Amino acid sequence: MLTAAFALVFFYAPLDADQGFVQKIFYLHVPMAIVALVGFVAGGIFAALHLHSGESKWDMRSYVTIHISVILAVGVLITGSIWARASWGHWWVWDEPMLVSFLIVFLLYATYWPLRFSIEDKEKQSRYASVFAVVAGAFVPLNFAAVRMAETFTHPPTGSTVTTAPEKVTLTLLMALLGMSLLFVTLCKYEMASKHATFRLRALRRRLAGDDDELSLTGRSAAPQL
Amino acid sequence: MLPALPLDEAGKYVAAAYLVFVALLLIYVAIMASKLSKIEREVVELAELVESRDDAAATPPARTKQTVA
Repeated sequence: MLTAAFALVFFYAPLDADQGFVQKIFYLHVPMAIVALVGFVAGGIFAALHLHSGESKWDMRSYVTIHISVILAVGVLITGSIWARASWGHWWVWDEPMLVSFLIVFLLYATYWPLRFSIEDKEKQSRYASVFAVVAGAFVPLNFAAVRMAETFTHPPTGSTVTTAPEKVTLTLLMALLGMSLLFVTLCKYEMASKHATFRLRALRRRLAGDDDELSLTGRSAAPQL
Repeated sequence: MLPALPLDEAGKYVAAAYLVFVALLLIYVAIMASKLSKIEREVVELAELVESRDDAAATPPARTKQTVA
């Protein structure tokens, strides 16, 4: 799906009248940003479900969703920086609210792992991490709304840069968004399967080695316990 | 905003952006592959442990000589 979307980007979508070929970065940067931000919000919702039900599977889902979103956010920052250099002549513009707000969101979520790792007790760790994810997840749409209200001419909001053939651009953008969303879900499932396998193996090893060895086998980890 | 860059100049930036995305994806897949191979090693290790236990359980214990008074 993503390959098809990228094919549309280069062979179907028209060149932008203002930015020319550089605008092709838009079809990568914007879907990645949208999926990352939605992922952060989804992480908050899973964390709320964990706090409500106490089931560790929700903590695991929240953890994995935030993990993949942070990886996408790294991509958003780097591709955004490349786009800024090509369009504005600067790698980073500090008085641009959209860039700075995304950096703040990224830095906020970058503290998620140190927070988890700093708490040794697994139950407290998952509870505090869930509270963090809920608060940070609520901050994301508020932040987005604030940026929209403070929009400037230097970084127009998504979709407004395009002046020619909007239906072709919209279709390409939607395909890229769908492809990025599917990639996100696939990576989440992949990581979740890996984590499940690791925990099942640890449990099996504990059973075989005897419960006395439990502490030496688990160690300290930021990952949630199933 | 700067005027639109010529295709040869803009192409470098576009290629760089898409390569960053591919690189991130490849790094992630490589890390996950290394984790998966670690899981595979552990599975083999545990299977060997279970087999050795089964063998030990199947072997009858050696008989001790009883002394007759």
